[in-house]
Amino acid sequence: MDFRLTEEQRDLRAGVRELLAGRYGREALRASVDSGGALDRELWRQLGEAGFFALRLPEADGGVGLGLPEAVLVFEEAGRALLPGPLVATHLAAGAVPGAAAGTAVVTAFDLGGPLVAHLADADAVLGAASLPPGEPVRCADPLTPLHRVAAPEGAGDAAAAAAAAAAYRDEGALLTAALQVGSALRTVELAVRYAGEREQFGQPIGAFQAVKHLCAQMLVRAEVARTALYAAAVTADPAEVAGAKMLADGAAVRNARDCLQVYGGMGFTWEADVHLHLKRAWVRAEQWRTAGEAEELLAAELAAVAE
Amino acid sequence: MDLTPTAEEQDFRARLREWLGKTLPELPARPSPDDWPGRRAYDTGWQRRLYDAGYAGLHWPVDAGGRGATPTQHLIFLEETERAGAPYVGANFVGLLHAGPTIAAEGTAAQRARWLPPVLRGDEVWCQGFSEPGAGSDLAALRTRAVRDGDDYVITGSKIWTSHAEVADWCELLVRTDPVSESVPKHRGISWLAMPMDVPGVTVRPLRTLAGSTEFAEVFLDEVRVPVANRVGAENDGWRVTMVTLSFERGTAFVGEVVACRRTLGALARTARANGRWDDPVLRRRLGRLYGEFGALWRLTQWNVSESQASGGVPGVGGSVFKLAYSHARQELYDAAAEVLGADSLALDEEWVLDRLSSLSYTIAAGTSQIQQNIVAERILGLPKGR
Repeated sequence: MDFRLTEEQRDLRAGVRELLAGRYGREALRASVDSGGALDRELWRQLGEAGFFALRLPEADGGVGLGLPEAVLVFEEAGRALLPGPLVATHLAAGAVPGAAAGTAVVTAFDLGGPLVAHLADADAVLGAASLPPGEPVRCADPLTPLHRVAAPEGAGDAAAAAAAAAAYRDEGALLTAALQVGSALRTVELAVRYAGEREQFGQPIGAFQAVKHLCAQMLVRAEVARTALYAAAVTADPAEVAGAKMLADGAAVRNARDCLQVYGGMGFTWEADVHLHLKRAWVRAEQWRTAGEAEELLAAELAAVAE
Repeated sequence: MDLTPTAEEQDFRARLREWLGKTLPELPARPSPDDWPGRRAYDTGWQRRLYDAGYAGLHWPVDAGGRGATPTQHLIFLEETERAGAPYVGANFVGLLHAGPTIAAEGTAAQRARWLPPVLRGDEVWCQGFSEPGAGSDLAALRTRAVRDGDDYVITGSKIWTSHAEVADWCELLVRTDPVSESVPKHRGISWLAMPMDVPGVTVRPLRTLAGSTEFAEVFLDEVRVPVANRVGAENDGWRVTMVTLSFERGTAFVGEVVACRRTLGALARTARANGRWDDPVLRRRLGRLYGEFGALWRLTQWNVSESQASGGVPGVGGSVFKLAYSHARQELYDAAAEVLGADSLALDEEWVLDRLSSLSYTIAAGTSQIQQNIVAERILGLPKGR
C-alpha cells in the first residue's frame, strides 16, 4: 500500500493547474461573471484537446486511458480555478454523446434531483435524452451556473429517460463533483491565509490573532479530511466511500467559503471579492448528483449492513 | 495512489490474525479501571506476550530492539489487534509511544541499551512528567528546577496530569536547567531526564477525574537526585527533544483508536435497531454521517502513514490535522451514543457513558485543540506568530 500520489499523478495535477492558470485565471473568471455566465466554447474545446473529458476513455477509442484517481485530480484543479460549465456531465458523456470527448459538444444532465437543469441554453445534449427539452430560465444564485426549469423529469418521455441516466451515473458524478468541491475548499483556505497575512488591524496582520488563525486551521482540517476521503473513494470506487467523500467535500467547500468570507470581513461581502463565487458554486454542487442527506442515508444503510 | 496491500502485508496480516485468534482466549479477565496495580500487571503481561511472539516494538528501528516493520505493517497491527478486541497499550503508552521512540531517536547507545529492552518486554512502565500547574498548554513556562551537584541533578518542583504515575518505574521529566532570564527565551534552558520513580523525594498524589476514576496524578519532587547520565540530549536542549516526542504522540499514538470508534459505531447501530431509535431519521442520518467521518479518518491515518513511510518514519505536523478532526469526531460519537441510549445514558455502569465522560479529555490532552490550531495555522499555513 502506498497511498501517496505517484510522480505521474503529481505531474498531471501540476500540468492541469498550469493550463488552467494560463487559460482561466482570475481575469477570465471575472470576465465570465461580467458576460452573464455564457459558456466559453473555445475554452471547452481546449479542455477537450487537453483530455479533460476523454481522460477515462480507452486509448483505442481516442481517449487517454486513465482512471478515476486521475480524473479526480484533474477535477480538483478545475474546482480550484472555479471553472464553470457542466464539466462532470460532459465528462460522463464522453464516448456516449458524439463530440463530448473532444469538447466540441456541451452535455448537461438532470443531476439536481428535480426539474432544474444547469447550462441548458448552452448545451448540445442532455445525458440520456434524445433531444434537448424546452425549459424556462430561472435566475440562479451562482452567476456562473444558469438554470432552466423543464417539465418534471418523473413524467414520461425524454425527461424521464434523462433523469434515469443521471441516476445511473450518480456514483461517478458524485465523486467528480466532490473533487470540484475539494479543489474549491483548498483554494478558499489559500485565499483566507493570504488575506489574513496581508490585512492589518491593531498594528499587525489579522492572521496573528488566534481568532482568525483558528478559523484558517479548521478550514485546512476540513479540506484535508475531505481530500483524503476523496482520493480513497477514487481508488476503491466503493459507493459508500463515494457518498462519504461527497458529504465531506460538500461540507468543506461550503463551510470553508463561509469562513473565508468571514476572514475577509467587509471585503468578503462585496461582489468584487471572489469568495462569494466559491460559496455559491459550492451550494450548487452540494445539490448535484448526491445531497448530504442522501449520502447520510446511504452511509447509515451501509453501517447497518456491516454491523449485522 | 494504491490501497492494495502487498503480498508481504497480506502475509503479515494473516499471521497476526492467526496468532491473535490463538492468544486472546488465553488472556485473564481485564481488571477494573481503578485497580492500577491490576491494570499494570494486565497491560505489561500483554506486552510480554507481544514480545515473545515478535510483535513488540514493531515499528521501532532494529538497532533499538524493534522489528523495523514498515509504518503500514504497524497500521495493520493496530487494525487487527483492535478488530480482534486485544488489550489497549494502556500503562505501556508512554514507554512505547513516547519515551521509547524519543530515546531511540535521541539517546546514546548506553541509554538505548538500558531503557529500551525493558519497555519492549513489559518489565518497566513509564509516565510523563511534562505538564505543571503553571505550565500546561504553555509548556515552556515550566518551573521545576534541576541544579547540578557533582554527577547529579537535584530536582525540586511539581508535575500534574501524570497518567500511570502510581505504577510507573520511570518518568520522562522535563526540568529547567537554566533559570529564565530576560535574555533567554524560556523554551531554552530545559532538559529531558529519565527519572526513577522510586527514589527519595518523589511523592505521587492521585487526582480524581470527572469520570470518577484516578486516571492521573500530581507528582511532587523534593530535592530528588537524578544522575546527569540520565539526561537524553544535550543540557538545555530538552525543548527540541520534546518536540521529537510530541511529533510521535500526535503522529501515530491515536491511530489504533479510530478502528475502535468504527467498531463502536457498529455496536451503536445494532443497539439503535434493537431499541427502535434507528427509525428516527435525524439520529439515523447522524450515525450515517459519523460512519462517513470515521471512514475518512481511517483513510487519513493511512495517508499520514504513507507520508511518514516516505519521509523515514518520523511523523510530520499532519498529526495535528488528524488530532483536531479525530478528537472532535470522538466526542460527537459518544454524544450520538447518548442519543441512542436515551435516559439510559445517565447510568454510569453503561460502557458508553464512561467512554463519553473520558472523551471529554480528547480536546484537552496531548495539546488542546486551540494549541493544535495554532500549530496548524503557524507551521502548516505559515500565518504569523502572535497573540
